[in-house]
Amino acid sequence: MAAPMLRWFCSGRRFAFAWVGCGSCHRRGPPTGSTSNGKRGQSSVAQQPHITAQKPRKGLVTLAPICVQAGYQITQQRLPIAVNGSLAYSVCVGRKPSQMVTRTVRVKQIQLEQDSGKSLHDDLRSQTLIDLNRAGIGLLEVVLEPDMSCGEEAATAVRELQLILQALGTSQANMAEGQLRVDANISVHRPGEPFGVRTEVKNLNSARFLAKAIDYEIQRQINELENGGEILNETRSFDYKLGCTVPMRDKEGKQDYRFMPEPNLPPLLLYDSGSLPSGADPQQVINVDQLRARLPELPRVTRERLVREYGMLPEHSCALLNEVGLLEFFQNVIKETRAEPKKVTSWVLNTFLGFLKQQNLAVSESPVTPSALAELLDLLDRKAISSSAAKQVFEELWRNEGKTPAQIVAEKNLELLQDPEVLERLCRSTLEAHPDVVMDLKKGNPRAINKLIGLIRKATLGRADPTAIKEVVERQLSS
Amino acid sequence: MWETRVRFLGREDPLEEAVSAALKQGQVTPTELCQRCLSLIKKTKFLNAYITVSEEVALKQAEESEKRYKKGHSLGDLDGIPVAVKDNFSTSGIETTCASNMLKGYVPPYNATVVQKLLDQGALLMGKTNLDEFAMGSGSTDGIFGPVKNPWSYSKQYREKRKQNSHSENEDSNWLITGGSSGGSAAAVSAFTCFAALGSDTGGSTRNPAAHCGVVGLKPSYGLVSRHGLIPLVNSMDVPGILTRCVDDAATVLGILAGHDPKDSTTIQDPVKPFTLPSLTDVSKLCIGIPKEYLTPELSSEVQSLWSRAANLFESEGAKVIEVSLPHTSYSIVCYHVLCTSEVASNMARFDGLEYGHRCDNDVSTEAMYAATRREGFNDVVRGRILSGNFFLLKENYENYFVKAQKVRRLIANDFVNVFNSGVDVLLTPTTLSEAVPYTEFIKEDNRTRSAQDDIFTQAVNMAGLPAVSVPMALSSQGLPVGLQFIGRAFCDQQLLTVAKWFEKQVQFPVIQLQELMDDCSSVFENEKLASVSLK
Repeated sequence: MAAPMLRWFCSGRRFAFAWVGCGSCHRRGPPTGSTSNGKRGQSSVAQQPHITAQKPRKGLVTLAPICVQAGYQITQQRLPIAVNGSLAYSVCVGRKPSQMVTRTVRVKQIQLEQDSGKSLHDDLRSQTLIDLNRAGIGLLEVVLEPDMSCGEEAATAVRELQLILQALGTSQANMAEGQLRVDANISVHRPGEPFGVRTEVKNLNSARFLAKAIDYEIQRQINELENGGEILNETRSFDYKLGCTVPMRDKEGKQDYRFMPEPNLPPLLLYDSGSLPSGADPQQVINVDQLRARLPELPRVTRERLVREYGMLPEHSCALLNEVGLLEFFQNVIKETRAEPKKVTSWVLNTFLGFLKQQNLAVSESPVTPSALAELLDLLDRKAISSSAAKQVFEELWRNEGKTPAQIVAEKNLELLQDPEVLERLCRSTLEAHPDVVMDLKKGNPRAINKLIGLIRKATLGRADPTAIKEVVERQLSS
Repeated sequence: MWETRVRFLGREDPLEEAVSAALKQGQVTPTELCQRCLSLIKKTKFLNAYITVSEEVALKQAEESEKRYKKGHSLGDLDGIPVAVKDNFSTSGIETTCASNMLKGYVPPYNATVVQKLLDQGALLMGKTNLDEFAMGSGSTDGIFGPVKNPWSYSKQYREKRKQNSHSENEDSNWLITGGSSGGSAAAVSAFTCFAALGSDTGGSTRNPAAHCGVVGLKPSYGLVSRHGLIPLVNSMDVPGILTRCVDDAATVLGILAGHDPKDSTTIQDPVKPFTLPSLTDVSKLCIGIPKEYLTPELSSEVQSLWSRAANLFESEGAKVIEVSLPHTSYSIVCYHVLCTSEVASNMARFDGLEYGHRCDNDVSTEAMYAATRREGFNDVVRGRILSGNFFLLKENYENYFVKAQKVRRLIANDFVNVFNSGVDVLLTPTTLSEAVPYTEFIKEDNRTRSAQDDIFTQAVNMAGLPAVSVPMALSSQGLPVGLQFIGRAFCDQQLLTVAKWFEKQVQFPVIQLQELMDDCSSVFENEKLASVSLK
């Protein structure tokens, strides 16, 4: 049975800044390089103001259809900005969400280049429309080694990369919006044998489709080989409606790109604190150690910290990070409430997130603010309301009519009974009114107690906590 | 009017300084100055030095300058001074064509940094000057607006010599070229239509026409002056060039233009302050180098003898003059050709008719559109260089041509470094092989041949990124200007110009006498119906 292996690279995502502005592109590259533990590519050419610099470019012949604003594209052909890194990610290995293992994929290199424009062919009207909106914008290309073996691993690795890029502020890395573009290279081979011929799959605009496309392609290749066929080194497109990969229309064949060093950009020299020349103007040099020191907390560290600080399960910390803005929401609630972190976690991940998903809202669009939720949890914590009452209050808050939790509780008479006497009285009277159920209970029917609790709750108009009721009932019955 | 001006602007004083002083003292107003220059431009229209004359813009600028002078708030030495700009610098709102069909009608939305700096100093922009198409050429003869004529063709000095030798021919049919590719700028300065002009210098394009037109042509160190807005030819060699009638003026302009530009990553970081050139009296501490490889058989005997005279001049005044060697000189033309065409091939790729400039009518497909647009937009010279460049950059040729040429380039640059390290301050060489030749003779060879011949003394400097200046020395036996070139160390432009200034003072190059031209205006105009010049 062939063991499928993958080789793929995640290509490009958009910078917020235009490429040409003052090396802003250069400032984005090294932080990303540091986080994937890459070795920085040191440019080996010393600064010579009047000799050509080493940023390669391709010159395009007049007839090439690739549309780039300047007719050429700048890329790092010879010396990428970072090499030899690794990216760690966690996958589920069993049925339970707690069975997670850490895997790593090696990062071959990270390079900076320019995006090109697009051409759209309108066959109906026999015209070509050229879209130069993204032409010239800086791109970061991350090339991963074929260390992943299935769609899920690839998708998880991409997710982790997205989270890292978001944490750094480098990019929102939203695949659907083209901020992160992923091309997958897939091949299969039998264990012990060299890698098979690979195909490249493009047009993947979500992590989910990435996983699907990879799994489909693996299967397709296996089937093809087992039927005696062979795999072509081709580019395929993922048809997300049919869930399969199809060959893309043939491009122009092998092109000679006519690379040439870019003369307008001097070599980019990266230093660390050891190699930094003395007296260097801090505005003019990039000190990788400095950048590393200024890195924000990365997702892996954040997840570990959440588990440590708040005693939550690893899968919870993953869930908090996976939704944009959710972690911040969570932390704001924690700040303002006295409730236990575990309670907060549960409310945020179950109730809050549940409501968001149901209405397909982003955290930023939530009608409930962290303060409101914090206040609600405080009420719960003080035992001023029961948890079912709390859920009701939450629903009201979601309607966003401008009322605070306290106001809603007052309006709907949801407070728990504070006077123990009242509860005692109501229990006693209910027990007296339903001797048959009491009998049932004494006989050992486990459902009887719940029925009693239910009856008493009704009597209290929902203002008694079931646990408290149970405790009173049991006490009263045993006496 | 003509003679008044010549008297008023004595050769002793730097022209701009004199004019600037005059403006400050109210002896002449910016508007008067502007109008005089505009009128001169009209009178010298047949020279074809200008592609676009920005009359309205200049008059408006003059008006504003005048207001400033009245309040005593002049912006500096260039406030109210007429200047011209070669038509390969982007000027906001003013057509910029590079003398090519590809950009005919193109109006840039921004100013090149150097243009902006001039305008910020209050200079008056007279217009955009003519050039070889996309600055490719050494004659200023290959642009779509026609060739530029050397004002010296009409000078008294030349005409008198010709009368002595001439047969009765049509006086005008044998007009002389200006050299190139910044011929329009050189002619504009030479004919007094402006006080300074911007050119560009990639292989000698500022120094060559300066020598032929009897003006000062400065090529600053690469990295000293911003190239942002200069439509690029060879990014690693282009520099904005400065053409003026005296060395002090060039220094004034350089002081304003030099300095770091965030829009050009190849400019040096250090700030540059404007400077005044000292007047050297003692050259005994100076060491002048004479590169022996520059004594080529093609060098005209007249230029050679002037070169000798100049060397002797320095020696007689106490300087040390020694012969030096730049051993890789013979490879530099070929090396330049490979590197230049390679960069050109890449730089010209942006002209595809998509966003700006000429676009053909063919819309069968994108490829067909590109091909037709570029065939229609570029002349043979440009297309030839693009094809050559693409050839050299092919994968199978890259190592043998491009990389080899870069290695040779380093050797050439090192030749200069070695010479300067051995104690030489400045090198002295010819600028051109001979004085300006008649157009009819020039066009007997094609552009490529001429460029290879004419760039011989100038292009090694571009490859090494050094500063160099051509200073007019004397008139040839035909009454035409001959200039000599000084080459300095990288970023020692000030020292270079100091030596040049001393030399200029010693040789006292004569002022061009164009009175006859002015008097004969009408007759010249009659003849001029032959040359179709389409200036606005």
